[in-house]
Amino acid sequence: MWAELAVTAAKLLVVATVLLTCVPIMVWVERRGAAFIQDRLGPNRVGPMGLLQPVIDAVKLFFKEDLTPGGVNPILYTLAPMVSMFVALVTFIVIPFSADAGVEVFGVPLKGIHVAPDLGVGVLYLLAISSLGVYGIVLAGWSSNNKYSLLGGLRSSAQLLSYELSLTMSVLGVVLVSGTLNLQEVIGRQGPEIWKWHAVTQPIGFIVFLVAAFAETNRLPFDLAEAETELVAGYHVEYSSMRFASFFMSEYINIVTISALTVTLFLGGWQVPWLTATLSGWPLLLVSAGAFAAKVALLLWLFVWVRWSLPRFRYDQLMQLGWKGLLPLAALNLLIVGMAMGQGWL
Amino acid sequence: MSVPTTHFVTLAAVLFAVGAGGVLLRRSGISTLLGIELMLNAVNLTLVAFARQHGDLHGQVFVFFIMAVAAAEVAVGLGLLVAIFRHQQSIDVDRLNVLRW
Amino acid sequence: MELAVFFAAAVVAVATGVVAVAHRNPVINVMSLVVTFFCVAVCYALLAAPFLAAAQILVYAGAILVLFLFVVMLLNAPLAESDQPRKLQRIFGLAAAALVGLGGAALAVVAIPGAGEGVVEGTAAAIGRLLVGPHLLAFELVSVLLLAALVGAMVLVKRKA
Repeated sequence: MWAELAVTAAKLLVVATVLLTCVPIMVWVERRGAAFIQDRLGPNRVGPMGLLQPVIDAVKLFFKEDLTPGGVNPILYTLAPMVSMFVALVTFIVIPFSADAGVEVFGVPLKGIHVAPDLGVGVLYLLAISSLGVYGIVLAGWSSNNKYSLLGGLRSSAQLLSYELSLTMSVLGVVLVSGTLNLQEVIGRQGPEIWKWHAVTQPIGFIVFLVAAFAETNRLPFDLAEAETELVAGYHVEYSSMRFASFFMSEYINIVTISALTVTLFLGGWQVPWLTATLSGWPLLLVSAGAFAAKVALLLWLFVWVRWSLPRFRYDQLMQLGWKGLLPLAALNLLIVGMAMGQGWL
Repeated sequence: MSVPTTHFVTLAAVLFAVGAGGVLLRRSGISTLLGIELMLNAVNLTLVAFARQHGDLHGQVFVFFIMAVAAAEVAVGLGLLVAIFRHQQSIDVDRLNVLRW
Repeated sequence: MELAVFFAAAVVAVATGVVAVAHRNPVINVMSLVVTFFCVAVCYALLAAPFLAAAQILVYAGAILVLFLFVVMLLNAPLAESDQPRKLQRIFGLAAAALVGLGGAALAVVAIPGAGEGVVEGTAAAIGRLLVGPHLLAFELVSVLLLAALVGAMVLVKRKA
């Protein structure tokens, strides 16, 4: 009992630490990547290649004055960044970051780097909790008592609701083939060969999921809630100091989580073709965790790449794409998957 | 030790009463709809509690259907509210008296 | 342990439920109802219904109440001054609500034996089998209903060109 609790707590600590460490790294990658794409230098004054820039940024944010504008609703205004952070920090527990290598720690089976391996409704849990993330943005937008914020909040609530539909529909295709909601089992059903990964067997679903993932994380080209060129900064205009930082951090944590989910659902999770099938024990655990991290890192770079390459959608284009483009495509994917399963191909 | 069914049903009764109070006492259309949602949830809770009591999953399937119907009800109800608000700049249900003689 | 979780969830659910129907600010109403529904989801988890617990959060907290919030913000309606119940309405409303609550609670205490026997876990697979098995017709009808609601909401809100 106590040993199991300790193992779970240790896993939680490790995963949360890694996730939170990803944030400053992502900030650095984003700024250097933007500079690379736009053919300039980017931050290069603090530390080698500007690597310490995020640290300085964090220090700056810590010591900034924490302003609360007049006329706001104090409860909701304080609550909004907390909701964002909370949602960002509780979603990742169902994601298997490594193989269940059969390793034991203190006589307790570790079951891989996977905080909640026995939660049967894993995918549903993740979708349910991440659907709560919209409250942080909407509340911030509404409670700031600012027209720009309100517009940002309004836009994001409609946007997130619309794209959640396509996201869930495209996940359904994977769930249908896997016959389980547990993410570790979803990976297991994909097999180590690349042509058995869902990204290959369900390309439409994969593309729909990826586009909807960009929209769900409020990233360009779908960052209409923030839209700094028209809404100044949308829902978090009025926030400063660490409250602003919580929005900022939760955005990056969400990106990491959704990338990890994409890898799990569509890119074979921690599997490496022909390699992971031959290993077991600690080597498998380490190799699989490394493979997972590498795949996630590739997707994270995709997020940065897209952000600095594509312009922002107009609001009506966004809604058109969501309802008339992605949703029918997701339904089509589901139909094809169902028919293929009926034929025994999948 | 597992929680007895009575506890859940009692909680559901209290929640239902709170929701009913909201529907009966408030006059803002939004609050009325929220009260209805709360009552539906209370009923769902009793259904799940009895499903466990009888070891029968049909109660849970019922709850699933109620959720779907509630979603439809909210979509139409909120659509109505928006239409009403556009019509008379208020969502006060007391002012919906144009059909009253 | 489970009892403690239940009582915590129950107290929070009732408290936030009262705030949800009584507070004057519609945004606070919606937000406290989110907490109430979260607590109900906890109750589902205690009742061996993990699928419904997740669906509860996904459907109610994640979709329905966001829709409420969206409409509240879209209308940004000034609270009508007349949103004070009249005296008679207050008396009868409170009496009726209290009657319903007390009656239900009394029935629950009197009529139901303690914990049930033979608990069946409401997993997604088990519920899915029932949905496309004995309840197939209802399942299809619900999908038609949802489509009708979708179209109906569109028609209601659409401005005349």
